[in-house]
Amino acid sequence: MKIIVCVKQVPSRDAILRINETSSWIQDRDIAYDVNEPDSYAVEEALKIKEKFGGEVVICSLGPERVQVAIKEGLAKGADRGIHICDPALDNLDALAQARAMAEVIGKEGFDLVFTGLQSDDYGFAQTGVILGELLGVPSATIAMAVEVQDGEKSVRVKRELEAGWFQWYQMPLPASISIQSGLNQPRYATLKGIMNAKKKEIRKVTLSDLSISKDLLVPKQKIERVYFPVKSKKTEIIDGSAKEAAAKLVTKLKQMRAL
Amino acid sequence: MAKFKGVDFYNIDSLLTDEERLTRDSVREFIEEKLIPIIEDCYEKARFPMEIVKPLGDLGVLGASLPTEYGCAGLGAVAYGLVIQEIERGDSGIRSFSSVQGSLAMYPIYAFGSEEQKRKWLPAMAKGDKIGCFGLTEPDFGSNPAGMVTRAKRTEKGWLLNGTKAWITNGTIADIAVVWAKTDDGNDTIRGFLVEKGTPGFTAPEIHRKHSLRASVTSELVFSDCEIPEENILPLSKGLKSPLMCLSQARYGISWGAIGSAMACYQTALDYAQGRVQFGKPISAFQLQQAKFADMLTEITKAQLLSFQLGRLKEQGKITPSQISMAKRNNVSMAMEVARKARTILGGNGISGDYPIMRHMNNLESVYTYEGTHDIHTLILGAEITGHQAFE
Repeated sequence: MKIIVCVKQVPSRDAILRINETSSWIQDRDIAYDVNEPDSYAVEEALKIKEKFGGEVVICSLGPERVQVAIKEGLAKGADRGIHICDPALDNLDALAQARAMAEVIGKEGFDLVFTGLQSDDYGFAQTGVILGELLGVPSATIAMAVEVQDGEKSVRVKRELEAGWFQWYQMPLPASISIQSGLNQPRYATLKGIMNAKKKEIRKVTLSDLSISKDLLVPKQKIERVYFPVKSKKTEIIDGSAKEAAAKLVTKLKQMRAL
Repeated sequence: MAKFKGVDFYNIDSLLTDEERLTRDSVREFIEEKLIPIIEDCYEKARFPMEIVKPLGDLGVLGASLPTEYGCAGLGAVAYGLVIQEIERGDSGIRSFSSVQGSLAMYPIYAFGSEEQKRKWLPAMAKGDKIGCFGLTEPDFGSNPAGMVTRAKRTEKGWLLNGTKAWITNGTIADIAVVWAKTDDGNDTIRGFLVEKGTPGFTAPEIHRKHSLRASVTSELVFSDCEIPEENILPLSKGLKSPLMCLSQARYGISWGAIGSAMACYQTALDYAQGRVQFGKPISAFQLQQAKFADMLTEITKAQLLSFQLGRLKEQGKITPSQISMAKRNNVSMAMEVARKARTILGGNGISGDYPIMRHMNNLESVYTYEGTHDIHTLILGAEITGHQAFE
């Protein structure tokens, strides 16, 4: 089994966030980053499958130099090698454009399974996994709570989380793309020996010039207009009149506000 | 409780390599999940959590700076220091266990042992399958180890050991004791011996009624006509310098560990002060409390920089024992002051086992005294500065 796990580095949950000068995103200087939480579960799931069936786990991450730590964390836990897609031109694109870059690299690599986290803790679009499946021309499953490789490694059975405590089992042929939900396993600690061994493992760098994507395809279809903290506001209005009149006025107001 | 995010006012993280940060974060996560939830109970009950030994071994923290060929992680000095810092943020007693295992039991086997001894003990100790202790201090000889009265006499088959060691961390639970004794070679040369658990004539009664380091085991080691086979002498050990080299390793780690204790107390006090409301506002808004935080953070930051540069010097092979003395002396004393200030911020709650401060404070009383007392390190620095030795 060859499993490619896409990991993203996101601002640490405890980081104190400030909005940048242009209100387009947060100030990303001097904040701590972590591996996106569901991605850690994806790495663990891939390692467990490798332990059972053999093969290779490759960690793939797109982003600036700092994301190498996220790749190294996967290597320290037992992944075999890493791919770092690193080009400033790719940094601030939407999920579709970034997935195009990743799909080209992953497609050339070849794979049995592609894992992504269900969604990222920063943007939370939950798009990359499914778009990757589409671009790679393989079936996708989302919100996986269990992954069982079956049929002599020809298919995979996935337990999907639905709403209201419902689950769905879904079988699909390999190769496939699966987005992993947090909590389906217990991610291991990176051992100190593992961290030292990871230094010897390959991290291949890929830049935009290594890819044959036309620039037109990298124009974002989606753009963040403005990032802002929720505005706290409080407004009180006293409704006059008798109880009957006041109730009627209240109903009218609630209807105007579409609360009724 | 919020996840601990570290204290790093001077962005010391930017001076660390990726591997050093990953190491620190991995141990931090482990301590947060596996030790902190149980440690207060262990401390109260004076119980060493034996169940954490194997997981610590699996993580790779035992003897972490020794080479990979003996099953260890081969960490650099700064990465090792960060490991120790994170363990002591959990508890000084558990840090004492791991320091003794790595720096005082595994290190002498590595530095002064035969290849056979290294192969026999180091991989098993790294995994946590075997526990070690270090016997240097005696009831009547603490700061003056050269005066020790424990003796090893040559016999036909090996050595005959007699004497008593005191204040020995891990003693009762140890599978192997590294014991230092004077030999009868005419010069009273101090040599190291490996004494295995169960050797006739060797007992290790536990010292009870401690009010400090309650979650670690402290013992006496008693040798009464204890026969040690020839293959159990550490062949390269020679003179007091050998155990002192071990102490340098351990003291280096302690300088980092104290920062961990201080961080735990500082963070606890800060979280408390932000939430505790008196006179209609959080107590963190009062100037007197803010002054305490400013002092604590400044002292922690200075200690971090001291240990960081000490670590880089160690990696470059340029470290001196007196530099280690400065860091051990400053950082442990700093941690005690931070613990005391933090306790005052919590008021009456500060003495409760619901918060870790009093436990750290009590633990640090031992750390202040062991591995070279604060006063002895003062004299080591005094001798270094002036050229006049003032020990005797």
